[in-house]
Amino acid sequence: MSKLLDPAFWSMSGYAVFVWGSFGLTVAVYLWNWLAPQRRRREILESVTEE
Amino acid sequence: MWTWFHRLASPPSFYRLAERLAPWLGAASLLLLLGGWIDGLMFAPADYQQKDAFRIIYVHVPTAAVSLSLYSAMAVAGVVAVIWRIKLAECAMMAIAPVGASMTAVALITGMLWGKPMWGAYWVWDARLTSELVLLFLYLGVIGLYQAFDDPRAGARACALLAIVGAVNVPIVKFSVEWWNSLHQGSTLLKMGKPTMSAAMAGPLYAALAGTMLFCAYAVLRRMQNELLVRERGTRWVGELQRAQAVDDRSASV
Amino acid sequence: MTKRQTRMVAVAGLIFGLGVAAALAFTAFRKNMMYFYTPSDLVAHTVPEDAKIRVGGLVVAGTVLRADDLDVRFTLADCEQTVPVRYRGILPDLFREGQGIVATGRMASDGAFVADEVLAKHDENYMPPDLKEALTTADGRHSCAPFKSVTGASPAVAG
Repeated sequence: MSKLLDPAFWSMSGYAVFVWGSFGLTVAVYLWNWLAPQRRRREILESVTEE
Repeated sequence: MWTWFHRLASPPSFYRLAERLAPWLGAASLLLLLGGWIDGLMFAPADYQQKDAFRIIYVHVPTAAVSLSLYSAMAVAGVVAVIWRIKLAECAMMAIAPVGASMTAVALITGMLWGKPMWGAYWVWDARLTSELVLLFLYLGVIGLYQAFDDPRAGARACALLAIVGAVNVPIVKFSVEWWNSLHQGSTLLKMGKPTMSAAMAGPLYAALAGTMLFCAYAVLRRMQNELLVRERGTRWVGELQRAQAVDDRSASV
Repeated sequence: MTKRQTRMVAVAGLIFGLGVAAALAFTAFRKNMMYFYTPSDLVAHTVPEDAKIRVGGLVVAGTVLRADDLDVRFTLADCEQTVPVRYRGILPDLFREGQGIVATGRMASDGAFVADEVLAKHDENYMPPDLKEALTTADGRHSCAPFKSVTGASPAVAG
């Protein structure tokens, strides 16, 4: 856990923007792939019950 | 054998199978991804040349690998859809395309974020980068073509042909670093014999790769379920699901 | 033939045709998709002066000379030949002796390559610092194998 308080860990030997940027983007896209189908399913199931 | 196969390929039973399978795939992928990425970011040693910048490999290589395997799966589903006219294969194609496109985009952008600090440039037009960009356009082409059709079955068949034709690009991406000289390095995963990566660095990579594969399987199954629901709208099994959903909503709002 | 068999034949024909077309295109355009020339290519063939080209190779250990902050001269080698390079500008973080690089520029009349961009080409090996000896030769050089000749005159032999 002490690693999380170490600024050297977060600075990624000076490449923080590139490393954290890559991981941040990847996590965001994975989340989208996880959530978008769920929302779509709700939409589909609810759309026809109203008809 | 064939009756079993047909029963599996029938929309309601496939939907139910996916419903049972998906949570397990999702949970396993979550564990592997969290484990691989935390291990890769915090505990794998830094590279002797690239220092901590090499850690981008843990998101770049898994997404690049699945961008190719998803395309191959989409092309195979396309062949099945064209020859046997199996609806489920059409749904699989159309479910794979957005997942594959997003993985390709992530592979390209993380590659750029890795290229800038290490190579000195975000982008170069060498064989590997160019063919991976073509892969993204093929995925986007399949998605766009499908939306241009009113009839989903005719649309899926047109997409299948595009997917099959585009499959020539898959070996080009994969072997580009061997057939041509390029700025991109060779494959770390498939090199036999010689040391390419120390065990402490390779472990998280394999975990992230396995996690990404399972995650894509999960995402594709979920999208296939949606595709089936839309196409089977008005049938009894979809109606039952809709009533169940309405009951859920009412009890949630109480 | 049933309709399904007809479709099967059509798809098989499509895949076969694509394969043949791809193989033909590959042999015809292979050279054009090479990203850079090697020092061997430059030695074996006269490249017109002022033609903008790329050359890739390893920075030979002990040849890097820095005149001031930005001016640098070094020798670039593949498995067989060498070519002198002059460059003025910012070098990538990974630039060092023994490192693979790809330089963009022109051949000068004195036989040197004048670069206006230098990119680092690292390999697919990743190691912690204490294990790196497994990867490089005694003089700190990386493998010259990734620098494939465009004209096919060289490498691959010396690994």
